[in-house]
Amino acid sequence: MSQLPKPDTDALRSKYPDVFDRPASARLAMPAMILAVFAIFVFGLVDLGFSPAKLMSGLSQLGWITVMMIPPDPGSSLPAYLAALGETLSIAVLGTTIAAILALPVSLLAARNIIPSQLLRFPVRRFLDSIRGVDTLIWALVWINVVGLGPFAGVLAIAVADFGAFGKLFSEAIEAADGKQVEGIRASGGNALHEIRFGLMPQVLPVIAGQVLYFIESNTRSATIIGIVGAGGIGLQLAEQIRVLEWQKVSFLILMILVAVAAIDWISGKLRFAIIGQRAVA
Amino acid sequence: MANAISILPDQQLAVLNDTYRKAVARKRLKASLAAVVFFAALIIAAIGAEVNLRTLFTYFGNFVSYFDRILTLEDGTRVWTNFGEWFWGWQKWLKMLGETILISYVGTLIGAVLAFVLNFFAAQNTSPAPWLRFVIRRLLEFARTVPGIVFALIFVIAFGLGPMAGVLAIAVHSAGALGKLFSEIVENADMKPLEGVRSTGASWLSCMRFAVLPQVTAGYASYALLRFEINVREASVMGFVGAGGIGQELVVAIRKFYYSDVSAILVTIIVTVFAIDITTGWLRGKLFGKEARA
Repeated sequence: MSQLPKPDTDALRSKYPDVFDRPASARLAMPAMILAVFAIFVFGLVDLGFSPAKLMSGLSQLGWITVMMIPPDPGSSLPAYLAALGETLSIAVLGTTIAAILALPVSLLAARNIIPSQLLRFPVRRFLDSIRGVDTLIWALVWINVVGLGPFAGVLAIAVADFGAFGKLFSEAIEAADGKQVEGIRASGGNALHEIRFGLMPQVLPVIAGQVLYFIESNTRSATIIGIVGAGGIGLQLAEQIRVLEWQKVSFLILMILVAVAAIDWISGKLRFAIIGQRAVA
Repeated sequence: MANAISILPDQQLAVLNDTYRKAVARKRLKASLAAVVFFAALIIAAIGAEVNLRTLFTYFGNFVSYFDRILTLEDGTRVWTNFGEWFWGWQKWLKMLGETILISYVGTLIGAVLAFVLNFFAAQNTSPAPWLRFVIRRLLEFARTVPGIVFALIFVIAFGLGPMAGVLAIAVHSAGALGKLFSEIVENADMKPLEGVRSTGASWLSCMRFAVLPQVTAGYASYALLRFEINVREASVMGFVGAGGIGQELVVAIRKFYYSDVSAILVTIIVTVFAIDITTGWLRGKLFGKEARA
């Protein structure tokens, strides 16, 4: 066993000054940040009225509710629930499709390689951003004011909310497309419309189809909740049963939602696989 | 190079054309079949969702005029001509907005801590036992799939009306979503440091602390910030079911037709969401370099 020579700390210290003597700002940044995060957290707990007593009584209530939920039991309203689930799926599929159809032309206006002018693109983009900034539930409330209570309001709410999201995603897909194919069409004498149809669309359609399928999937979740404000679907039943404290029905409805979402996940995963291949699914 | 293109003899060309047409025909048949199935699904969906185009056309004017109405003050002038009147309740709304942001902040933090504790058990390469991994994964899946607002509805009954229910609902839902993302980061971590630490005889806990954690912290923080952004939106509607935040004010304004209030609150929410998006984007860029911004 040979002994390692003792390192010459002074020499090392003078050789690598920034390793040994980090400035105070660098050393204090991390603890200061953690302290700030924690301080805001504690302030939040106090400001939002958290108290151990409230938490304890709430948790025991929650435990009681969980016990009451077992076993899940639809009672005699299973047909009504199945119909509501169908309604929810319909809202998701229809809303997403309408949004995609409306968003496609607008997304062309927001794409840099189609509309080079910043002046025209900017308002379109901000418009899409504003639509996205408003939650689906808020859109549902607005549409209920317009077409009345019911699933139709839900369809329109999802269509509008997704219109904003699709506009952004589609325009990004279009911007990522290869410009060479468009050039090829132009070189063979195609006009602007031909360029989009034969140069751009074959490249972006599979991407768009994948995104639409993914949104149908995520909208199944959104569609379950817009019923809470009265826009149809299984959320309406769920909110009602929670309000009248029918916990066995509540747990059954939640199970139904979980199964439906899993089924849609599985189907759309398969479809996406078929459309764009394994690489893009992940 | 005038005649670079040579034309094949007719016989050969016919065979090629034939094969090409067959290949295209099969593809076209498949595409049109898919289109038919899709349209059938749409029609069934339209019937299921009680779509009524006549209602839409009759009332579509209402949708447009709704925006006209929410942009008009009670005395008939446009809202932007009199900011003081438009944002008359700004003190109350700012307070509610602060509450909304606090709800999402506290909720995200609790959710992130829960996800942090659970994710090492859910990741394939670090989980101590397969059965534990299975249980934790199902638990996270449940928390992620049930929408936050459904948790809020139940928590409002258990914990009473108020922001506490909203915070806990956001915390549970975020724990599910972040737990999955965190465990994916852990699964992508380099296993060699782990082997090194384990070879020194360290316990499972020390392995996690000294081999895995240094690799994954940045990714965790980045995802948590992203989640905070999403949760601000989520928290803005928690008030619809009585779980605190600005949603309460909004739903009252919409239901009672206080038109200019609706637009004022919506503008406040949109501006806040923009501001938070930009700030967290900047923060992520600053903390974790440019690649983490996407």
